[in-house]
Amino acid sequence: MLFKTRNFDTAKTILTVENLTVSLPPAAKAPPVLNRISLTIRQGETVCLVGESGSGKSVTSLAIMGLLPKDALFVTGGRITLSGTDLLSQSQNAMQDIRARRVAMIFQEPMTALNPVMRVGDQIEEVLESHTSMSAHERRQRVIDIMKDVHLPDVERIHRSYPHQLSGGQRQRIMIAMALVLEPELLIADEPTTALDVTTQQQILSLIAELQEKHGTAVLFITHDMGVVAEIADTVYVMKSGDLVENAPIETLLRAPKQDYTQKLLRAVPSLVPRAARPVPGGDPVLRVESLDMIYGGGGFFVKRPGTHAAKDVTFDVARGRTLGIVGESGSGKSTVARCIMRLIAPTSGAIHLRDTDIAHLSRAQLKPHRQHLQVVFQDPFRSLNPRWTVGRSLIEGPVNYGTSARDAMARAAELMGIVGLPRDSLDRYPHQFSGGQRQRIAIARAVMMQPDVLVADEAVSALDVSVQAQVLELLDDLQEKLGITIVFITHDLRVAAQICDDVIVMQRGVVVEQGPAAAVLADPQHEYTRSLIEAAPGRAWDFANFRELGAA
Amino acid sequence: MLGYLIRRVLAIIPVMLIVAIFVFLLLRLTPGDPAAIIAGDMATPEQLERIREAMGLNQPIHTQFISWMGRLLQGDLGTSLISGTPVITMVGQRMFPTINIALLTIVIAVAIAVPMGVLAAWRHRSWVDYAVMSFSVMGFSVPVFVIGYIFILVFSITLGWLPVQGYAAPAEKGFGEFLYRGILPALTLATIYIALIARMTRASMLEVLGEDYIRTARAKGVKESRVLFRHALRNAAVPILTVIGTGFALLISGVVVTESVFNIPGIGRLTVDAILARDYPVIQAMILITSATYVVVNLIIDISYTIFDPRIRY
Repeated sequence: MLFKTRNFDTAKTILTVENLTVSLPPAAKAPPVLNRISLTIRQGETVCLVGESGSGKSVTSLAIMGLLPKDALFVTGGRITLSGTDLLSQSQNAMQDIRARRVAMIFQEPMTALNPVMRVGDQIEEVLESHTSMSAHERRQRVIDIMKDVHLPDVERIHRSYPHQLSGGQRQRIMIAMALVLEPELLIADEPTTALDVTTQQQILSLIAELQEKHGTAVLFITHDMGVVAEIADTVYVMKSGDLVENAPIETLLRAPKQDYTQKLLRAVPSLVPRAARPVPGGDPVLRVESLDMIYGGGGFFVKRPGTHAAKDVTFDVARGRTLGIVGESGSGKSTVARCIMRLIAPTSGAIHLRDTDIAHLSRAQLKPHRQHLQVVFQDPFRSLNPRWTVGRSLIEGPVNYGTSARDAMARAAELMGIVGLPRDSLDRYPHQFSGGQRQRIAIARAVMMQPDVLVADEAVSALDVSVQAQVLELLDDLQEKLGITIVFITHDLRVAAQICDDVIVMQRGVVVEQGPAAAVLADPQHEYTRSLIEAAPGRAWDFANFRELGAA
Repeated sequence: MLGYLIRRVLAIIPVMLIVAIFVFLLLRLTPGDPAAIIAGDMATPEQLERIREAMGLNQPIHTQFISWMGRLLQGDLGTSLISGTPVITMVGQRMFPTINIALLTIVIAVAIAVPMGVLAAWRHRSWVDYAVMSFSVMGFSVPVFVIGYIFILVFSITLGWLPVQGYAAPAEKGFGEFLYRGILPALTLATIYIALIARMTRASMLEVLGEDYIRTARAKGVKESRVLFRHALRNAAVPILTVIGTGFALLISGVVVTESVFNIPGIGRLTVDAILARDYPVIQAMILITSATYVVVNLIIDISYTIFDPRIRY
């Protein structure tokens, strides 16, 4: 693996942060959110700030921008200097002028970061309107130029488009164009590729590198993804609950991490090497899907419109106690297949055999007895539990619907809390009192309460930090061993798929392009699309958990 | 978009047909003989017979309905039982004062309430916010006629700046005179709408101000006023528009009290007079017109959404 080994000792220092402390209001009597953070970024350098959620990465970036939420967070100590300008002593107006002109920022989710009701061209132009005295004609020309610089196709059309009319990658290019149009000295990128597909992520990362090269911009890159860090960083700073625990050049950090926390963080990165194959069990498959087709839309009042073919001729089966991964990027149809299996929607045609019954076209009433055999865990544990219900009430709702007495259900719920590793008194508490990982455990317990045959996990670990992700994956494995559940695991993350799946289906635009044992598909992909997915996976040549190149034993 | 427009306009037909049927049956379903209701207690049998003949009440009900609908489609809403003038003329005369005052009211309300709501949301939980919210509660709770009389007392009697009552049509006496006489009733009516729209603006803005693109706008170094009015307000517009639209429709039909206090010859008073006098053709016409107003205003609101939010496409 080739790391960046550029030397910045002679380069001009762009940003220094010295002993920066950020606190909650004094009334909260809480420890500081940032505790004496110091970092330096030089011209042309890429500094990665890594850490888990709540470690203070984003607070650091907002403090530099002077955009800390007012009345909630306060800088209580330290200095931030941008090429000789002391940022913390600037007035509101002076800071407003510095933003975008000298330091710019791009964010995680380009869909929500762009104003939905303004044309994207106008949104870029607004930066010029706010900071320069260019004429309307000059402004337009500059906007078109920067849009070409970020390699947007068909610039004239995109200039007039609204954000929802563009793809995720195009939206992030617009954000980058907006941030770089005034050629700032420092670009802060807060998880800019986390919401994107791997292939798009790769393009955006190389775009940022290209523009950095061209303009000598210093980049502060915030991410939780060690793969991305390995690809782009010159220097890495590791943060943990408001403290800076370690910083080093990238290769040093990955080969010889000094701090326990850094080692733990690296060990938790799932390997791209597929798990060892488990013996294939005998017996009939629990779930058998045949020629599943799903077409959305179509019809139309005046004119017949063609529908969207979201799943085409999907066929697979899963045996008891096995895990099947459905892998693909957004728009691949993987979630459509999941929704059809759960019968949240009715497939256009095809068969879904659950045990011995074809449930593909059953009515709502006919489905009821089969529902309990099929349970689901969703991606976002913050929104998939009713915030006004205690955990216990959420857990027993399903079994009580199917005739179990509340007392028996509660006893089982208490038992399950032990299995998923939560204290028993969790049942009397509310979802907001738990962390993301704990909530996902609760969501899993809720599904398992129904004693299902098949558990569908729809991006169930995608919203979690790597260390938590590893624990939840372990829990799923554990439950499978104990209870013999079959798992259908929907994911966009090849590393996760490699860790948990026995078999894998790769989907692209509604079609299954490759399927087979995980070890075969991921280690020796036959289809071009699968290969491009694996090649786009950042840091794929590095074995993070063992601090060395993959294959170097 | 055009397809949607055509569908929406076509959808007006069944709605208005149902209203028309209801209005038609209003007279026929009232207990007793419509002719007797119309003629009053002192009528002779000959008089009753003449009324029945004149109204076509001797014909089968479906024939009556078809001929009534036929006249309706030609704009013939019948003749007032009291004054004997065609209803269409009566309503026509009264409609304009009401619409003019309603428009003035909405303009005043929006001009005051929207900035108030924006300010309250921007300075959330500050004294500005609390002041706006307290005003809002007051605007809701004080009855319209009390506010009207207070305004008259202060501005007309004590200060002597404005006339106590009366109305001047802008087309005849000029816009200045209309404003001079119309401002107090419009302000009176506006109070409750200011309260309503300010509350809605504040709530909608509070939600939008927490969005990512507001942070982006600030990160771009855009001025705060521009962040508020160009980025936030337009995104907050849809619920605000809904309140303004329904508010306007309510104004057309429900301004009786204000029209009475300020002695404005509008349709609010026409309706009340008609109900008190049991002038059925006028009541029927009023129901039809009010329903039509609601349907049309709703259509306009739905279409205006697409102007403010390009994601809404029908």
